[in-house]
Amino acid sequence: MKKTKATIILFLLFYYGFANIINIHPESISNNIQKYIDKASYGDTIVIHPGIYTSVSLVLQKSLHLIGINKPILDGDFKNELLRINADNVTIEGFIFRNSGKSGMNEIAGIRCIDANKIIIINNEIINCHFGIHISNSSTLTIQNNIIKGTPFEEQNTGNGIHLWKCNYANIFTNNISGHRDGIYFEFVTNSTIQDNISTFNIRYGLHFMFSHSNLYLCNEFIQNGAGVAVMYSKNVRMEENTFIKNWGASSYGILLKDISDSWIYNNKFLYNTIGIHFEGTSRIEVVRNEFQNNGWAIKVLASCMDNRFEHNNFISNSFDVATNGSLSLNTFSHNYWDKYEGYDLNHDGLGDVPFYPVNLYSMIVEQNPNTIILLRSTLIGFLDKAEKAIPSLTPENLKDSSPFLKLNSL
Amino acid sequence: MIQIDSLTKRFGKLKALDNISLFMNEGQLLSLIGPNGSGKTTLIKSILGLIKPEKGNILVDNKNINTTDSYRNLIGYMPQMGKFPENIKVGQLFTLWNKIRNKQEGPLDNDLFESFDIRSMENKPLRTLSGGMRQKVSASLAFLFNPKILILDEPTSGLDPISSEILKEKINQSHQEGKLIIITSHILSDIEEVTTHVAYMQDGSLLYYGPFEELKTQSGEKNLSKSIAFLMKKNNYSVRH
Amino acid sequence: MKELILFTIKDIIKNKVIIAYTLFLLVTTLVLFSLEDNSGKAILGILNTILIVTPIITLIFTTIQYYNSYEFIELILSQPISRISVIISEYVAINIALIMAVAAGMGIPLLIFSPEKEALWLLMISVFLTLSCSAIALLISVYIRDKAKGIGTSLLIWFYFNFIYDGIILLILFTFSEYPLEKPTLALIALNPIDLARVTVMLQLDISALMGYTGALYKDFFGSMTGIFFSMGCFALWIIIPLWITIVHFGKKDL
Repeated sequence: MKKTKATIILFLLFYYGFANIINIHPESISNNIQKYIDKASYGDTIVIHPGIYTSVSLVLQKSLHLIGINKPILDGDFKNELLRINADNVTIEGFIFRNSGKSGMNEIAGIRCIDANKIIIINNEIINCHFGIHISNSSTLTIQNNIIKGTPFEEQNTGNGIHLWKCNYANIFTNNISGHRDGIYFEFVTNSTIQDNISTFNIRYGLHFMFSHSNLYLCNEFIQNGAGVAVMYSKNVRMEENTFIKNWGASSYGILLKDISDSWIYNNKFLYNTIGIHFEGTSRIEVVRNEFQNNGWAIKVLASCMDNRFEHNNFISNSFDVATNGSLSLNTFSHNYWDKYEGYDLNHDGLGDVPFYPVNLYSMIVEQNPNTIILLRSTLIGFLDKAEKAIPSLTPENLKDSSPFLKLNSL
Repeated sequence: MIQIDSLTKRFGKLKALDNISLFMNEGQLLSLIGPNGSGKTTLIKSILGLIKPEKGNILVDNKNINTTDSYRNLIGYMPQMGKFPENIKVGQLFTLWNKIRNKQEGPLDNDLFESFDIRSMENKPLRTLSGGMRQKVSASLAFLFNPKILILDEPTSGLDPISSEILKEKINQSHQEGKLIIITSHILSDIEEVTTHVAYMQDGSLLYYGPFEELKTQSGEKNLSKSIAFLMKKNNYSVRH
Repeated sequence: MKELILFTIKDIIKNKVIIAYTLFLLVTTLVLFSLEDNSGKAILGILNTILIVTPIITLIFTTIQYYNSYEFIELILSQPISRISVIISEYVAINIALIMAVAAGMGIPLLIFSPEKEALWLLMISVFLTLSCSAIALLISVYIRDKAKGIGTSLLIWFYFNFIYDGIILLILFTFSEYPLEKPTLALIALNPIDLARVTVMLQLDISALMGYTGALYKDFFGSMTGIFFSMGCFALWIIIPLWITIVHFGKKDL
């Protein structure tokens, strides 16, 4: 670890050529970091040695590199914003930020960036802060390897883990976020990559974005968040190989998609969610090679959705595979594996010869009249579903998989 | 001993017992006779408290049977073709009876228990018993507690001739001991020898009740069946089949 | 009375139906636990078994047991013993046998494979359904003299509680869909012992999340002290009322 840090420092030295290195120790005559920051000049590196620095409330208004050795602790004593960056070319590495103030009015954060470009925030721990990292109106950001852990109160009084507003070209990699309101929150964020993060035990959403186009979400895990993941009013979103697990509650989702278009949902896993994916007002989304297992509803597609394609997915052990509220479906299903399929394959092409109708009668009934959920798992309902499967009459005629896979799709 | 006052019972429209009054005393051996559906069984069940009459009273040992269950300590009842729980062993049945009637004083009457050799079948489940064996069990149970009143419904049906003789001998002996014995039987000759009184019922009414000797004189016949035929003729009974 | 209960149990416990019922429950429970990869699914399967099988076995078995022991009941009643103790003995013995079957067939595997709160709820409702359905079956038996009619009525009751009644609920919910129906629904559920058992357990299981907002409302209610008293009270009434009517009628009927 030390070696890496030394390398980085050497690299930075090389890169910035003439920059100075300033060392701060907790036992320094004055351990007031802000004084050093104010004295430092453009491109300097400030190395902070291990120890606890209290009543921290720093403001960075020039390009500086703050490097912590062995995780020095910057403590805000529950009063302050810990670090504000209002400059370009800033690196923050290797600190523990803890105990920011809390406020329902101001967005107090562990690290807050405003109008700042080319910012690198790496290898930090941000513990017990109102917002973890709060960035607005910035570009070219790297947020990597941080552990962001909040202490959740009620929804109104808890901030988000990583909060980006009006940003682009952000790379958010391998962070671990928990105990906040939303794990990762984006509003007006574009051309960004979110990869290998773990967002868990947040009280609202693991991931929440709005008006955020052309972003890539790869290999993230969203586990046991209060309401799962909610994404809205965006297009060109690509979500691949993410895992959505145990988002289980009266109104929890693996993903809630609202007004999303032209997007790709590939190779994700949805396990033990109340609703795997909820589609509302979506169009032209490709849902391919995903695994839906042990969910209450694997997918809910409202009648406001069109031209979405569901292919090569595996549906296993879900209480309901597909639910919808309309009698007409403008979406296509094909080559999915459905564990409830009871058809046959006479020509041995691996595809069932009779279509599978994934919507069952009772889920239609419940969509129309939510009170009828009280009859869930009653004998009558089981009987009605069986009867409807045998002679479909009320479920949407064209919501069907005409070429269902008989064996699991390899994912 | 048993006093019945204007007992009436209807099942729907059918009058099963129509204003029946009779008094039976110790030392009587009463043959209760009548065609099927004449009300014999209803009368017996009324005495046992199994059927609740609409009108009238039954007093056993001067106690109204509506007020007590304990009067049945005085009665030994042998039903027509007893049906027992299938998986119970004969011995367990006797144990239960002993426990239910454990407040009874006096020694047990094991005569039939021994003559019928019930002990040898003590470990047999009741479902494996033949009709005759069940009758033996029923009879032994009825006599076991030395009751003052014996009510025997078709006691000899299903019994082999030897057992039948044993039972008749036992009935005779109990009669000698001064018990009140009420017997219904289809096979009239079976009970002829021991009968002292005859009660003849038809369509819910008691048409004749009196000493057998008296009936014989009245009818001028010598045996029971002919005397009964006389009674039937007198009451315009025609056999409808 | 104690002797009579023990005596009747000795008879019933060797009954083929009881043995078959025990084995059926045992096999079903074991198969569900071995086929389903998570115990939650198995629990739901067992719940369905309880809701369908326990009532019908209890109803039919109790009815047949009563009619088959009719002559013996007569014989017992010719002894110095009161009617009330005879019918109560019959009820108690039948239930001890059936509950032992449930405990052995389902309880033991449940406690081995899933020693959780859910398992206890399942056992509790199966005991409740047994107690209630056997009381209903005895009620039918003491009122209807004819064996075939009595068994037919028991079947009908089962069919009614499992199918017709829920159909009526569905109809009501759709007819009055614009009114707030949470409380009436609760009352409707309480008027069917099988629905009552189903909802009570479901709200304790993970699957209650599927019941969404409506389910959350009921969960709040059933989780509260009032709710617990309500469901326990309804359970108790579903046992006491039919049993009471049975005892009163058996006390004065002709045998």
